Amino acid sequence: MLHYLIKRLTSLVLTLLVASVVLFVTIEIVPGDPASFMLGINAQAETLEALRTELGLDKSKPQRYWQWLTGMLQGDFGKSYTYKTPVAAMIGERMWISLPLTLFALLISTLIAFPAGIYAASRRGRIGDAAVTGMTQLGVAIPNFWFAMLLVSFFAIKLGWFSSGGFIGWDQGLLVGLKSLLLPAIALALPQAAILTRVTRSSLLDVLSEDYMRTARAKGMSKRSAIWRHGLRNAMIPVLTILGLQFSFLLAGAIIIEKVFYLPGLGLLVFQSIAQRDLIVVESVVMLLVFAVVLVTFLVDLAYAWVDPRLRTRS
Amino acid sequence: MKRHSRGLRISAVLVLAFASVMTMGNAQAARTDITVGMQLEPPNLDPTGAAAAAIDEVVYANVFEGLTRFGSNGSVNPALASEWSVSDDGKTYTFTLQEGVKFHDGADFTAEDVKFSLDRARGETSTNAQKQLFANIDSVNVIDDHTVEIALVARDGNLLFNLAWGDAIMVDEATIDDAAIMPVGTGPFTFANWVQGDKIELAKNPNYWGVPAKLDKVVFKFISDPTAAFAATMSGDVDTFPVFPAPENLAQFDADPRFSVLLGSTEGETILSINNQLAPLDDVRVRKAIAHAIDRSAIIDGAMFGYGTPIGSHFAPHNPAYIDLTANSQFDPALSKKLLAEAGLADGFTTTLKLPPPSYARRGGEIIAAQLREVGINVEISNLEWAQWLEQVFRGKDYGLTIVSHTEPMDINIYAKPSYYFQYDNMSFQALMAAFNTQTDPARRTVMLQQAQTIISEDYVNGFLFQLAKTGVANAKIKGLWKNSPTQANDMTGVYWED
Amino acid sequence: MKLRTLVPGALLVLIFLSAALVSFIWTPFDVTKLDIPNKLQPPSLVHCFGTDQLGRDIFSMIMVGARTSIAVAFIAVGIGMLVGVPLGLAAAANQGSFIDELIMRTNDLVFAFPALLIAIMITAVFGPGAVNAIIAIGIFNIPVFARLTRGAALSLWSREFILAARVAGKRAARISFEHILPNILNLLIVQGTIQFSLGILAEAALSYIGLGAQPPIPSWGRMLAESQTLVSLAPHVALFPGFAILLTVLGLNLLGDALRDWFDPRLQRLRS
Repeated sequence: MLHYLIKRLTSLVLTLLVASVVLFVTIEIVPGDPASFMLGINAQAETLEALRTELGLDKSKPQRYWQWLTGMLQGDFGKSYTYKTPVAAMIGERMWISLPLTLFALLISTLIAFPAGIYAASRRGRIGDAAVTGMTQLGVAIPNFWFAMLLVSFFAIKLGWFSSGGFIGWDQGLLVGLKSLLLPAIALALPQAAILTRVTRSSLLDVLSEDYMRTARAKGMSKRSAIWRHGLRNAMIPVLTILGLQFSFLLAGAIIIEKVFYLPGLGLLVFQSIAQRDLIVVESVVMLLVFAVVLVTFLVDLAYAWVDPRLRTRS
Repeated sequence: MKRHSRGLRISAVLVLAFASVMTMGNAQAARTDITVGMQLEPPNLDPTGAAAAAIDEVVYANVFEGLTRFGSNGSVNPALASEWSVSDDGKTYTFTLQEGVKFHDGADFTAEDVKFSLDRARGETSTNAQKQLFANIDSVNVIDDHTVEIALVARDGNLLFNLAWGDAIMVDEATIDDAAIMPVGTGPFTFANWVQGDKIELAKNPNYWGVPAKLDKVVFKFISDPTAAFAATMSGDVDTFPVFPAPENLAQFDADPRFSVLLGSTEGETILSINNQLAPLDDVRVRKAIAHAIDRSAIIDGAMFGYGTPIGSHFAPHNPAYIDLTANSQFDPALSKKLLAEAGLADGFTTTLKLPPPSYARRGGEIIAAQLREVGINVEISNLEWAQWLEQVFRGKDYGLTIVSHTEPMDINIYAKPSYYFQYDNMSFQALMAAFNTQTDPARRTVMLQQAQTIISEDYVNGFLFQLAKTGVANAKIKGLWKNSPTQANDMTGVYWED
Repeated sequence: MKLRTLVPGALLVLIFLSAALVSFIWTPFDVTKLDIPNKLQPPSLVHCFGTDQLGRDIFSMIMVGARTSIAVAFIAVGIGMLVGVPLGLAAAANQGSFIDELIMRTNDLVFAFPALLIAIMITAVFGPGAVNAIIAIGIFNIPVFARLTRGAALSLWSREFILAARVAGKRAARISFEHILPNILNLLIVQGTIQFSLGILAEAALSYIGLGAQPPIPSWGRMLAESQTLVSLAPHVALFPGFAILLTVLGLNLLGDALRDWFDPRLQRLRS
């Protein structure tokens, strides 16, 4: 196990290192100069030069890469060019929207997917199953930004039940905050719920056909309690894997939904920073997201290895 | 008849009673706070270090003040300088400063601060986005605590105007380094709080030197999405949206008695800029053909839903020196085709149209592309973000056509710079502008401005489209908002809620 | 056989494919022609889906938009297959070797990047447009096919008929293309259909944020983006392009499911 752990850890560090180089190079070749964006159309050449010096953009690229990398290792993500505040603080602030939004969306999608998936599996081949499966087909096919637009135009503009965008802030109370995250969370959750329902249903069906389930049924256990007592626990592994992947996907993938609802989360921060050529912010946030994905994958692998010792020796 | 009048009387009494209840209720609840919607969030709050208009829209006249300032009609008024005198040769200005002015942190505002602010803005390491405003200043000299003298290199009719810009505000040496996140000025409001990505809050400055503000609290709320802006204004989450981003929704506000729609003028000449050095656009006949191929009313109607004033040159219609030159470029596709044939382009040609993000450009671009196609000019559209636009179009001059609104006030002098992105090089125009800059006689200045408008109109330098309208929406009870937009600012000093 | 999903799926795909093809020779109205006085007309007999904010016929725009969406998604998935499948085959043929490790780690690396953000960065570098949308979507299709191919190929390498071919002295590359590829083609077609539908969604998302095909070429995502402020005035402008995306993706998914069942005898037995 220790050998396996060291091997996986080395590969994790290497992946991150390569990712940081790829990221830095990609972003540095993005045309457009942060200084000229900030100073606009009347800026003079010498003024631009002065600002570049102030921002540290006059240093060589390897120098700046090294500075960025070593800074990040010490928890210093640099200082935003346009906002002039530390990037770490900005990420921290945006996290307070992105993280709750992601968790909220996952909660909603789980609350829909588990009952729906279990229901469909228990009525396999019947009308109920077909209805759930049909709904998941629709859920996967609907573009979430369009769904979000429809939600806004109906619940926010027509009925006026919700605000159509923006975030009021947690200082107004937990419920108020959650309310302004509800529509975006639903828009995000719908396609995820559809996927999760399908995974729950199919992995439950797989488990139901296993021998021990047949034994349980043969011993006189009802179908329902067989599902609850034995089926669910064993069907959970693939479901949890998908959930883990969805988490990191949602953290960054919320960008379009954040744009529709104008939620100042991480995705919108990156989007704006690219437009403003605030390169240091883009680099650091994307690196953080990459780290999150790599870490989740690593933990999932680790969990599998724990469960299934054969995996440790193979590869 | 009699019965009828009694009924009327009763209802009149009821109305009166109701009205008095209403006023009482309102008197109790007379609001002293306001939420102002803005589409873009300022990147930081230091107007002396970045060009973003959103910075001035929050802090100009509210938090920071300059020696002079713009009034709502575009006039230049005294601010921190109570009065000034000009030497006979026009090269020395002596300003008398207001007494008893303090920065928000309690420090006194003196002539030393004026010297520091101006020297910093024009200094070698200055990162001021409008550094050219100060190019003509030779030196700033402190006479005493409340008197300061500005010596100029040459006579300059624009100094007072230049000093009114947001880039020329007065700052304190002790606090300027943190102004980006913690601005300390002399204005009637102090900076209170910034929730990044959401809002900025200002509070009334109790120690203000001048007429105190009527509002206790101003919240600037940032809503970039036009749909969200519409919903937030409709629901009252936002009390006013001074530059409402979706003109298509204005009719709905206009029909609703709870709101007033504030239509005014801006300094934004919206033009189809033409690369004057790129063949075949370097041929005046081709540019003239483009001008006559454009149907301004279709653009104003289609892109701005009818809001905007057609212009025939690069000059704001509300300016006293304005002359209407739209007749030079009447919509006449047949003439366009003829001109193209004369230029040897009877079969048309292909060029690029690079569009920055605002909707006037994106929508207007599609309309212009369709109109140009009618006369045989094939246009390849590409939509760019601002950073790309600055890089490719503005600095790289790698474009054929582009659409942009020039929002700087009184900026016809950009046509005197051959290196400016549309690369118009006309010696006689440059000479005219040089003479204008040193001219201080108002009547002569007006004549020269009119000559300038005529020259660029008849040279068909650019396709002159329309003056961007200021389309604001506000709760009908709010008074004192700027209707026009002589500079990009939301001056809250005179705003109040009507009882 | 699941006729239940095959028929509606194939039908939907066929409708949009033919709309795209027909649009090359005929549309009810010219989509480059503006008619501003007739903007935002509700659906009528003349304009059966109504007109947009510049007076263009929405039905015609959806027909031409189908062309854009399908072309972008199809080419992007094609790139993913053309690059990903050989990589997967190579990795499987050299299982455990340095090449295998390199290919799989690179795959992980691409997977680790948030796809949409990278697409935004690609267009920031090269500018927006259909070609760059294709590249952005294509890049993220490569690891999908590489991983799938490798997994499927690995299980084949231990089978007798492959062993026989090896004994006969055939080289690994030849075995991969002659024996392994034909046997995993079903799998690739099914995955290709799914990726195609994801590609349509991705293209719509990119155009929605302004990074897809540029005007005047109609695209469904951009139509939605432009309609966003008009929803309260003229809902039809926002509804029809959305349904076009929804139905195309739905059709492809149903078709993919039907194909999977068709190819997978085990499932087929289970279902019947």
